[in-house]
Order: sequence, then C-alpha cells, then structure tokens
Amino acid sequence: MERNLMKGNEALAEAAIRAGCKCFFGYPITPQTEISAYLAKRFRQAGGIFLQAESEIAAINMVLGAASTGVRAMTSSSSPGISLKSEGISYIAGSDLPCVIINVQRGGPGLGGIQPSQADYWQATKALGHGDFQLLVFAPSSVQEMVDTVTKAFDLADEYRMPAMILADGLLGQMMEPVTFPEISAKQVEKPWAANGHGNKRKHNIINSLFLQPDVLEKSVRDRFERYAEIKEKHAEAELYMTDDAEVVVTAYGATARVAKSAVNMAREQGIKAGLIRPITLWPFPVKQINEGSKNAHTLLCVEMSMGQMIDDVKLAINCSKPVEFLGRTGGVIPKPSEVFEEIKRLAGGAK
Amino acid sequence: MTHDILLAGFGGQGILFAGKILAYSGLMDEKEVSWLPSYGPEMRGGTCNCSVCISDKPIGSPLVLEPTILIVMNTPSMEKFAGAVKPDGVIVSDSTMVDVKTDRTDVRAFYIPATQLATDNGLQGGANMILLGKMFRETGIVSMDIFKKAVEKVVPAKKAALAANNLKAVQIGMDYEG
Repeated sequence: MERNLMKGNEALAEAAIRAGCKCFFGYPITPQTEISAYLAKRFRQAGGIFLQAESEIAAINMVLGAASTGVRAMTSSSSPGISLKSEGISYIAGSDLPCVIINVQRGGPGLGGIQPSQADYWQATKALGHGDFQLLVFAPSSVQEMVDTVTKAFDLADEYRMPAMILADGLLGQMMEPVTFPEISAKQVEKPWAANGHGNKRKHNIINSLFLQPDVLEKSVRDRFERYAEIKEKHAEAELYMTDDAEVVVTAYGATARVAKSAVNMAREQGIKAGLIRPITLWPFPVKQINEGSKNAHTLLCVEMSMGQMIDDVKLAINCSKPVEFLGRTGGVIPKPSEVFEEIKRLAGGAK
Repeated sequence: MTHDILLAGFGGQGILFAGKILAYSGLMDEKEVSWLPSYGPEMRGGTCNCSVCISDKPIGSPLVLEPTILIVMNTPSMEKFAGAVKPDGVIVSDSTMVDVKTDRTDVRAFYIPATQLATDNGLQGGANMILLGKMFRETGIVSMDIFKKAVEKVVPAKKAALAANNLKAVQIGMDYEG
C-alpha cells in the first residue's frame, strides 16, 4: 500500500470520508481548521455534505439533526469550541444518537492558547455536558492511528447508539507522518430508529431527549448504563510497552505518550527498568491493562500536558495500591523527553 | 540512525516546503519520518520553523529541541537555535540573510550565500533548496536519486518546470565549495 505524508487533521478528514461519513458541520478554530478545509475541498465529490455553520453551537445541533436521520455525521473543533458544543452533545447522548466529535486540544482555560494541550481530559471523560452520560473517547498517538480510529469510532458509535470523541491535540493535528488508507468497508448498521422518511409505511419514529416522568427517564438512563457496562467489558484498549519487568511504569496518552516512549527508551539504555502504558481508549478507561502493565512496578509516573487529570483514573484503576507520581506541562508547553527521563531516573533511584 | 533536523527562517522563505521535501526524501528512502511546523503567532508575519525527523526506528516526539542538523535562513533563528545543536551536529546557514556566525567549535558550520546564488542563477525563492543541497553534500543523508523521487512525489506533473528548478537549486548547493 502506498505511504503518503499527511497532516493529522487532513488524515482525520480523509478517514471520515472513507468511513462513510456523509455530513460534516464545523466552524474554524486553530489548530484543527485543516479538517474543515480538507472536507470543503474534497467532500462534495465524495458524495458528502460539508457545511460551515454560523457557530459551534449551530454545528453540533446540525450533527444532531443529521444523526437523527441515520447518516454518519461528524463535527470537529478545538477546546473552546468543544465547550460551546457541550449542550448539544448532552442532547445527542440523551437522544441515543451516534456521531463522531473531534477535539484537537489547545491550551486553556478560556481562549487559552493555540499550542498543544491535554487539559480537556476531565471534560471529555467525565462531564462533556449535563446529565448522566458518557462518550466513547479515543486517544490516538500517531497520524496512522488517527486514521484507524475514525472508522472504529463511527462503528462503535453506531453499534451502541452514542457519541464518540477523538481526543487529539495540536501536535497530532499539525504534524505530518506517513499514512496508508486500508481498503475498508464501512460497517452497515441497521438503524430502524432513524427519523428518515418512510412514506407512511410504518409508525413514525421520534428522536427526543425529554422525559418528564422520572421513572421513564430513570429507565432510559439505566438502559444506557447497561450498554456502558458492556463497553467497559469489551472495548477498553491500551498499548503496553516494555512493561513486563518494568519497575517504573509511565502512563501517558496521545502525543505525550510519544515523548514518554522516547524517555523510556533513554532509561532502558541506562539499564533502568522502565515501561509505558498508553491508554488508547480514555473512556472506557483500560483498568485491566493498567493493572497488568504495572504489576511489577514499585512506582507509576503519569505524564500529561495538563496539571494532572488522567492521574485520577490511574490511581482509581490500581485502587491507590502503589504511589502514582505526576509530571505535567501545561498551557501549550510540550514536555521534553529529557525531563521525563530525569523523573524516571529519580523514581528508579538513579542510573543502574 | 536518527536525524533530528530543524529548519528556521522567515515566513515565505520556503522553510515548510523544504521540510516537506526533506520528509518525503526520508519516506522515499523507506525511513520513518515526521514533519512538524510551528503554527504559532510567529507564523503570521514573523519567524517560522519546522521540525523533521528521519530515522530507522519509530519517531518518538516529533518536536526537535536538540537538532543534529540545523538549517537557518535568518539571523534571529541562528541566535535562537545554534546553541541547541547537538555536539558534532551540522549547521547550514544562508549567509546572504544571516549576518552572524556561530562561535561553537564542537559543530560543523557551513555558510553559503544561498539567496544570492539563487538570484544569480535566476532561481528566485530557491535558496531553501540550495541549503538542502549543501546539507546533503555535508551529511550524505539524502542522495540525489532519492531527492529526485521526492520532488516527483511532491511537485505535481503539471508544474514540471518547478521540479526542474528545485533540482537545479539542490545541485548548486551540492556543488558549492566552502
């Protein structure tokens, strides 16, 4: 298969076309605007609809409308824009609609900056809107993995009738790496619930998130959480790197995992038994893999481009049975492999 | 072998394009590659830089902080990045545009009047390629054959004249003594 160089953002867009996405609604914001730009150029000839909405709020509600009709729909933004979409995302979750939302994170809070960040972890995995709900959250760490994740995100969103988020960052969005696009056939999922016109041949479907009867609403939420339980069982993913004999295990996701992997390699060269656990899904969180990968570790080190968000889930995953240290840079600063290495060395008790 | 390359200059000098061709050269050579542009406010009318990694192994962080090879096309970039180059690294500077030299003795530094050479040869905007050619000559990381393949891949067939100019400019850099 031919390898081509592509920016992460462009690769996400091309992957969406190939995954059978039919509608994209977006609003420009650095550092993810290439997704819109690529689709504006390519989507129409590929049989899709690209529309630049008047705002992020409009875009997410257009996604709600398109998803209601059963077509694959997507939107993308960066941190401040995702906050604007949060109401619509809650409505989409409450209406049991599948869609894909991309967040190419930048520094925050507020308008923040435009450099890479991972400070939206809590938002993506805990509270991307009001109410009891989760999104599937994927954290690719290379341009190729972004491509592969788009199809997976659409497939699982359809299967479980829920929104999926791809949590990237400015570094992954802006960098170019070799990619190949495997021949994929988008999973065809029957959507008997879709409100898509039927010529009065059946009873009409209603897409709704309003349930005024508490018991009815409770049941709808409980049903959804039964699906969540199945997802946690089946779809949590992580990469374990040199963890078998590792005494210091780093946990990191996305772009930061690349920095951490370099640091682990530097440590290994000095005879320090270091390893890396890279969560690929952030929700569901890979609890089993964290335990498996850290079974011989005396200390874990969580590295993030934030003040420490995923670290909470790492501690919960191992029930605080071992010390979990933290190293983070924020505001758009990318940690250096050398500073992660120094911290690994310190935790390991110096070079061997 | 891993080459961490940083290209830096003003917006409009072809920094990102030179980086792209370089990354494609690595791709054509069956290597692992990454390309990362600066996209901050400095891009909008100021300095611009681009990190390229070419390696036999998977690339970790694509952000080049300690380059093994530095190509500079303006004075601020020389002042900012020359100190970060790894010992035994290589600096290639466009001496038409950069009016300072590095005082480091543990790196190999080359000064080539690339912008002037481009103008003299009717290759306006080709200084970036001349610098690449000089760098290829001094490091051997990319052969002319591989570079040709990369140019064919990046420059569309209908702009064949541009491809020829790029190759000509790289050759000038490769032939430059000094």
